[in-house]
Amino acid sequence: MPSLNLNSMDTSVETLKTADGTPLKKKLQQSLFRNKLRAFGLVSPLLIFLLFLFVLPIALLLWQGVYDPRFSNLMPETSNILEDWDGVSEPTEDMYAALVVDLVNAKKNKTIGKVATRVNRELSGTRSLFTSTARKASKLKAPYKKSLKKVKKKWVEIETWQAMKVASNVYTVGFVAAALDYKLNADGTITRQEEDRRIHIKLFIRTLEISLIVTLASLLLGYPIAYLMASLPLRTSNLLLILVLLPFWTSLLVRTTAWIAMLQGEGVMNDLFVVFGFAEDDDRFSLIYNKTGVLIAMTHILLPFMVLPIYSVMKTISPSYVRAAKSLGATNWTAFWRVYVPQTIPGVGAGAILVFILAIGYYITPALVGGQDGQMISNFIDFHMRKSLNWNLAAAMGLVLLVIILFLFWIYDRVVGIDNMKLG
Amino acid sequence: MSNKNDSFVVFDRVQKSYDGLSLVVKDLNLHIKKGEFLTMLGPSGSGKTTCLLMLAGFETATHGEILLDGKPINNIPPHKRGIGMVFQNYALFPHMTVGENLSFPLEVRKISKNDREEKVLQALEMVQMTDFINRKPAQLSGGQQQRIALARSLVFNPDLVLMDEPLGALDKQLREHMQYEIKNLHKQLGVTVVYVTHDQSEALTMSDRVAVFNDGQIQQLSTPDGLYERPENAFVAQFIGENNKLTGKVKSVNNSEVTVKTSQNMEIKALKVNCGEVGTNTTLSIRPERIHLNRKYKNKVDATIKQLIYHGDHIRCLIKIDKDNDFIVKIPNSNIKSTLKIGEKIPISWDTMDCHALDA
Ligand SMILES: Nc1ncnc2c1ncn2[C@@H]1O[C@H](COP(=O)(O)OP(=O)(O)O)[C@@H](O)[C@H]1O
Ligand SMILES: [Mg+2]
Repeated sequence: MPSLNLNSMDTSVETLKTADGTPLKKKLQQSLFRNKLRAFGLVSPLLIFLLFLFVLPIALLLWQGVYDPRFSNLMPETSNILEDWDGVSEPTEDMYAALVVDLVNAKKNKTIGKVATRVNRELSGTRSLFTSTARKASKLKAPYKKSLKKVKKKWVEIETWQAMKVASNVYTVGFVAAALDYKLNADGTITRQEEDRRIHIKLFIRTLEISLIVTLASLLLGYPIAYLMASLPLRTSNLLLILVLLPFWTSLLVRTTAWIAMLQGEGVMNDLFVVFGFAEDDDRFSLIYNKTGVLIAMTHILLPFMVLPIYSVMKTISPSYVRAAKSLGATNWTAFWRVYVPQTIPGVGAGAILVFILAIGYYITPALVGGQDGQMISNFIDFHMRKSLNWNLAAAMGLVLLVIILFLFWIYDRVVGIDNMKLG
Repeated sequence: MSNKNDSFVVFDRVQKSYDGLSLVVKDLNLHIKKGEFLTMLGPSGSGKTTCLLMLAGFETATHGEILLDGKPINNIPPHKRGIGMVFQNYALFPHMTVGENLSFPLEVRKISKNDREEKVLQALEMVQMTDFINRKPAQLSGGQQQRIALARSLVFNPDLVLMDEPLGALDKQLREHMQYEIKNLHKQLGVTVVYVTHDQSEALTMSDRVAVFNDGQIQQLSTPDGLYERPENAFVAQFIGENNKLTGKVKSVNNSEVTVKTSQNMEIKALKVNCGEVGTNTTLSIRPERIHLNRKYKNKVDATIKQLIYHGDHIRCLIKIDKDNDFIVKIPNSNIKSTLKIGEKIPISWDTMDCHALDA
């Protein structure tokens, strides 16, 4: 019998050299380097674009989540002296003196409003304390503790000083702590927020929950569609593909408002429910302006992002695999579950990640149809960016969101493997 | 030759149409004996794969019946037919290791773990691939994947194995080696094999019998030597091996001998195989090695050498018979080589028995 050398694997590791004597490895690296340089040259325009218009702004914004020089810039004397204060002992006369100097300057420079806003975030009700005192600050005489006390009794309360100490930290975990319902104290300790002020964790959990449900729902709805498209003849599947893509060609706003028309109390769905007797006319389902509405609308909007990667993977799976499985004795279900589905995992992974990431940062839909209990983290970030103007907290929440996403990516990589993902 | 009773696989008047407009398989009648190695040979698009898929249960016959071991199987789902199958692209499950691939058919048959491991090892030994049990298919070469696919189709001891152009993707040397191994396994295991190929030399060297397909029909079902020596029609003569052909009209018939008048008014005596009455068109077929460079045989022609190609063991000689026809002649490599020249006139002749009168 002719023996075939199928089993021998070349494993020699001695250093090979090219004709001119350079080690082969080095030569290979040289030629690879040129390729890399070329590849870099090709992507560099986009890279520079992204760097300056995407990465840099985001980094600068997120930076504000841990960096806040406002108070220490505007109230330099007070900040200096607060640094040495332990946060619990009685404030000294020196501290009062520094405060008055800063207040006078702040009034002169018209920056007192900013200072007041900043401290007010730590201790609400302190805004007027600063603005009204600053007006009289230039006339105050030593001993300052006494004269300040005369202006407002609040100045001798330790909470006021603690709030200023917290605000005076340039690098602070205070905002991140706040984003996680914790509170940074003047003595540097971190404690949980009072029960009734813990809203962020609940919000993060709700955001994750909505994203997860939307991902699962679009997987359940999208997988069979993708399967159907992949198994139909090309002409029919192209038609289906267009139907799947149709939502992409309609404005997001229009689609979301369409859902309002569909789902509201007097909307199409509820009318149908009443007609078919699923609901009483005066006791209709509330399908919108709550979490249900967000789930329905977001699943609809994000569905194509699930269908497309799965479809593109399924299209490449030859029917001979399932045939082979059946010829080997597998029932339809076993062949599908053990042979077909595992081969679609790269598409499912890509689709799930895509939908999940898009969902977790979703903004417009929850804003329009979310009502009270359908608000997501992005809506709060938006609120702090535009309404309360607490950019630091907004940045800190963004930071937390980013960390959560990276963590989930890491888990995904461990379980499924990032390189196992196929987007198209 | 074989009747329904001792046939393991029977195609009985099977027809298949995919689109309802044209028949891909037309009236297929085929009896395959137990333990036989039967090859379906034919050009691509002739319906071979379709026949195999119908037998395996992935396509249903539009008309007619397929019997396996005497029982009609039209209504048995594929996974209950117990037929091993090797696909052209191997169809090894990419997410499973070689070992898992082989144990898959055993798992779905609920065979215990110990037996499974034993059988998998046996099957791997059979194809000399035991070292590769933990590899993924993507880490194997084409030839190695081929062996695993073969082992997987045999690991659950099926009585019937179908192979659809299993060696199509391999290079020539490996292909010949695998032909040999498949043939060997067939002998060892006594399993019935239905083999599909478009490569005539593969069909001739491996099979007990060959069914030549063209246009959805079996053109001839015969042993390999029967196909080559006694082709029944012009398609088979042309498709199997090398062939010289002449066309003409039947002038007279005398028992098994016919006289044919070619378009150039040459009269040639030939064996009556598959030609019509006097006056009908016919194709004459003569194998290159049956043409002699002398005047000793019945049909004598003066020819002109057009081309000489050196092949080592023989010389291939293209000669002009008349205005319309060229013949190929194989001349054994001997001293004669030096005497042949292009443009030279040479006498040739061939025997009546070596010249077959076939359909037009
Ligand atoms: N699933 C199918 N749908 C429609 N036509 C098909 C299908 N499969 C094969 N055909 C057609 O049937 C004919 C025979 O194909 P096939 O059996 O694959 O031939 P072979 O295997 O001999 O090359 C071809 O013309 C092919 O185009
Ligand atoms: Mg084929």
